[in-house]
Amino acid sequence: MASELLLFYLFAAVAVVASALVVGQRNPMHSVLLLIVSFAALAAVYLLLDAPFAAVIQIIIYAGAIMVLFLFVVMLLNAGREAVQAGTKVAAGARAAGGVLAAVLGVELVWAVAEARRVTGAVPLDVDPAVVERLTSVRAIGQKLFTEYAFAFEVTSILILVSMVGAVVLAKRRGEP
Amino acid sequence: MSLVLVVQIGLVFFVFVALLLSSAAMVYAERKFAAAFQQRLGPNRVGPKGLLQPFADVIKLMFKEELRPKGADAFVFLLAPVISATAAITAFAVVPFGAETTLFGLLDEPIPLQAADINVAVLVVFAIASMSVYGIVLAGWGSNSKYSLLGALRSASQMISYELCYGMALASVLILGGSLSLREIVDAQSGAWFGIIPRWFVFLQPVGFAVYMISGIAETNRAPFDFPEAEQELVAGYHTEYSSMAFAMFFLAEYINMVTVSAVATNLFFGGWHGPLLPESLGWMWFLIKVSAILFFYIWVRWTLPRYRYDQLMHFGWKVLLPIAALNLVLTAAGVVYLGL
Amino acid sequence: MPTLTHYLALSAVLFAIGIAGVFLRRNLITVLLSIEVMLNAANLSLVAFGRFLGTVEGQILLFFVVTVAAAEAAVGLALVITLVRHRGSLDPDAYATLKW
Repeated sequence: MASELLLFYLFAAVAVVASALVVGQRNPMHSVLLLIVSFAALAAVYLLLDAPFAAVIQIIIYAGAIMVLFLFVVMLLNAGREAVQAGTKVAAGARAAGGVLAAVLGVELVWAVAEARRVTGAVPLDVDPAVVERLTSVRAIGQKLFTEYAFAFEVTSILILVSMVGAVVLAKRRGEP
Repeated sequence: MSLVLVVQIGLVFFVFVALLLSSAAMVYAERKFAAAFQQRLGPNRVGPKGLLQPFADVIKLMFKEELRPKGADAFVFLLAPVISATAAITAFAVVPFGAETTLFGLLDEPIPLQAADINVAVLVVFAIASMSVYGIVLAGWGSNSKYSLLGALRSASQMISYELCYGMALASVLILGGSLSLREIVDAQSGAWFGIIPRWFVFLQPVGFAVYMISGIAETNRAPFDFPEAEQELVAGYHTEYSSMAFAMFFLAEYINMVTVSAVATNLFFGGWHGPLLPESLGWMWFLIKVSAILFFYIWVRWTLPRYRYDQLMHFGWKVLLPIAALNLVLTAAGVVYLGL
Repeated sequence: MPTLTHYLALSAVLFAIGIAGVFLRRNLITVLLSIEVMLNAANLSLVAFGRFLGTVEGQILLFFVVTVAAAEAAVGLALVITLVRHRGSLDPDAYATLKW
């Protein structure tokens, strides 16, 4: 439907502009806030993809927890506007080369995707809402997650434990209990 | 533009206006009940029995000067109350408050009484509640003042810690209800055992309800968990530097968060709009009565219990409430699997 | 109806923006933020493919990727805090030599 396409372009534009500003503008606090906007736009795109669970997970974990962590660190380190460091050992053309390379990569990827339109230009396999609901509902996710991917799930819990212990040990000041 | 669409849009506006009016009513109710608990009269000058007091408060706040501290990041400073208020109001969008109704036969098909009918509603409420942390953190940072920053960081850590127990209490109810949609969870609570005891989840999940209410009170920064706003210690915490309408936004956000937590508690534990004597289409009256009872409980707790100290608060959240909530979750799951509850 | 090409193109553009951030920015925190942008681009392509193949595995993989990203962000930020405590600078070039 045209309205879905319009909504997609709207949210895609918001996500791209916000991400570009995250990378482009100077103040890290504003970068974090703009990244939250980008995540919200991506969550809306997930809703367009009939993935409400993915959208909610994006908001709860990414925008609601990881970004709070970034915000706390920015406030802790008092990261102000980026000052130009005197005597940086970066060659003059290195930054321009980096930008050009990233742009070339972007153009290449988009071109590759567009050229494969014969394969990727298809509409989704199932458009009937009832079938989609059954296939992508939280119930289906839960069933697969806890049976086929149960091992990965348990390993993820150990991963989180390890990273929690690591973060606490690293961030502690020496000599503190 | 079919009539159903018009009514649905009208419902969205209705919910918005109702939330704003409910926060005004909460201001009045809080002061009157606080007075009653402290054996004094409370507001009784403005209007009959002081009923117009909230309007007097709003008009006073509107006429105050908007201050901004020097050196404060203007964008962040002004964004914070907007985020608080927006998150608070948006979280209520997916909460249903009545059965499907045809508005006394005007419509062809029944529409559900909620602003948006989403089938992952519980997760959406949780997600938007976790966004309200930003309003507080940005208020503290943007104020460029040490009291604000301290209060904001304490408040944010408290909210994040109690979000875990909040989520686990929610998960226990989800196991019983079998669905993430608030409407379906409420419908799973219709009917009664032996015809007398209503089939509410609070009877199956008393521990879960206690955990949910405690986490809800901590999430909304209300006493006895309101250390971040403690007037005696921190001037006013994260909203020290705010005046006039920005301050009003924070208070609006706090009261609407209370209403949302109470409404979700009603839907999850007390059967939502199901109740004896009234027909289904007037179920929203039962919903209002139950939400009001929980809000009264909120006010009662605030003016009765002393405030937790910050380290006691965090200790309670992590070392006491979280194991209890986890144990409750495991027992509920075991009960559903083995006893078929 | 947006086809798969639209979603993959969006994912490609976001990935390129993230890589540009990692190449160009001279602030450790912004570099970590750019890595998050790249991870999000990958997540989007996962979910898009999952939807178009009629399977739920895309969302399951997203769940795992998000969890790993959370763990990585936590440890990465703890490392940033430690580095800044020692050298006092958020510029990655200040850590270019092995001098302690």
